[in-house]
Amino acid sequence: MMCTRSKLLFLPVFLGFPALALGLTAAAPAAQAPVTQAQISALQQAVQNAQSAGDNAWMLVSAALVLLMTGPGLALFYGGLVRKKNILGTMMQSFAMMGLVTVLWAVAGYSLAFGHGNPFVGGFEHLFLHGVGLTPNTDYAPTIPEQTYMIYQLMFAIITPALITGAFAERMKFSAMAVLLSLWSLLVYCPMAHMVWGVGGLLNATGGRFPSLDFAGGTVVHVTSGVSALVTCIYLGKRIGYPQTAMPPHSMVLSFIGACLLWVGWFGFNAGSALASSPLATSAFVNTHFAAAAAAIGWVVAEWIHNGKPTALGAISGCVAGLVAITPASGFVQPFAALLIGLIAGVVCSFMVFAVKSRLGYDDSLDAFGVHGAGGTIGALLTGFFATRAINAIFGKDVPTGAIDGHWTQLLNQSAGIAVAWGISIVGTLVLLFVVDKIIGLRVSPEQESAGLDLSQHGEEGYDLNS
Amino acid sequence: MLKIEAVLQPSKLDAVKDALLEAGIEGMTILEARGHGRQKGHTEFYRGREYTVDLLPKVKIEMVIPDDMREKVEQAIMGSARTGRIGDGKIFVSRVEEAIRIRNDERGETAL
Repeated sequence: MMCTRSKLLFLPVFLGFPALALGLTAAAPAAQAPVTQAQISALQQAVQNAQSAGDNAWMLVSAALVLLMTGPGLALFYGGLVRKKNILGTMMQSFAMMGLVTVLWAVAGYSLAFGHGNPFVGGFEHLFLHGVGLTPNTDYAPTIPEQTYMIYQLMFAIITPALITGAFAERMKFSAMAVLLSLWSLLVYCPMAHMVWGVGGLLNATGGRFPSLDFAGGTVVHVTSGVSALVTCIYLGKRIGYPQTAMPPHSMVLSFIGACLLWVGWFGFNAGSALASSPLATSAFVNTHFAAAAAAIGWVVAEWIHNGKPTALGAISGCVAGLVAITPASGFVQPFAALLIGLIAGVVCSFMVFAVKSRLGYDDSLDAFGVHGAGGTIGALLTGFFATRAINAIFGKDVPTGAIDGHWTQLLNQSAGIAVAWGISIVGTLVLLFVVDKIIGLRVSPEQESAGLDLSQHGEEGYDLNS
Repeated sequence: MLKIEAVLQPSKLDAVKDALLEAGIEGMTILEARGHGRQKGHTEFYRGREYTVDLLPKVKIEMVIPDDMREKVEQAIMGSARTGRIGDGKIFVSRVEEAIRIRNDERGETAL
């Protein structure tokens, strides 16, 4: 027990230490001052801006890559596969999409695909891109300007109808093609895009009635274009002289270059669908590449065994089939699943093309259905199997994604998506074919077909090597 | 004056040309052609279907020569183009009515 005097002695000691501490603090540099709320907010904003800058840079590059896939990727790929007299006509079909779909998208397409509407199609709130500015649309891509999102999606809308042109190569009127595919993009593509990716869409992975996993457009782009291609080529009929006359590619060199441009461009198509410069984008990038390689090998080996020789055409077709199949799966699966998906697609699509097509007798001139329709369907199903929350927990943290997580009913959802894609493509395309045929007439005359599209439709020659 | 037309394998063009120059031929016309004789062609693959390609690339050499050079030219061509296999080609000899040098209107054998 201390006497009062001793206690009083302790006071200065007790008070002295904090005083000393404060004194020391006051004498130290300003960095030791407490951080303010304003500074924290400013830092948070700066981090967000940096993230947005990274995301926007990647997304703009991706948009450019996807456009490259149409022009000149697809233009060259298809162009090389047709006979010399049709090279310009074929390239013009892809190029026409670059022009026409862009305008339609700006006017109404974006709104119909990504506006708020009903489960089947978007509304008209973004007609003429009303409200689509440089601030993010948090429904879709919260870190990039909405115009970036809009332009990225536009490139998908461009290439999808361009893919269909492969089925009716060498025999369709340019005017009819322009009208047909313009209407198709609005009446088939936009609703399908809305159903899978739009807010409130029937097949939307988050909140749709049949949540369908389609990362970059296996059903939206490839199944729709492939099935529409099949319908069109059957409606239009075979080329004169098919299949007795050999109609080999006039330039495998051009097709080869086109295929390589497609492979590289597809990194924008798939990895860009992450809508951010993120680990998911990396995952999609890796999967895309792996599937392309495995599928090229698969097709070539299948062909080598079946036909006796590995062809360049088989190799490039294989790689495209793999890219198609991985499109819906790219942001959902592990890399080795991507290899397997590619391999399966390469083998199956090769059989579609060199066994099934000749047996059934339709003239799908450039195998739009065999590669895109079949590849997209296979890919969509395999996505349901191989999708895992380890890569993309899209249904919620720790919620199983695909069959390998235990969520086997996802295969049913995938089937619903595939069925809708087939349905809308068959019905929509048939109606449009009928209407456009009645009003304009779809097919060129036999003389025009003989002379070639370059001369008959465009009054030009692709190659004038003697001039 | 005689016209010699020789249809040859493209790979033999250089050898035949050199042999003709050595034999004293001073002018010739070379054409790219396609065709076949009894050589059937080859098969190519397109989308799994086999097609017979019977228009094979060939080279045709044409020249007009004085009558007395005929045997020399025939030997030169056959010596350099022959492999002994089907597809070696053919030589055709025909008579020519007139030859004219455009530059100075020389006619006959001096125009060759």
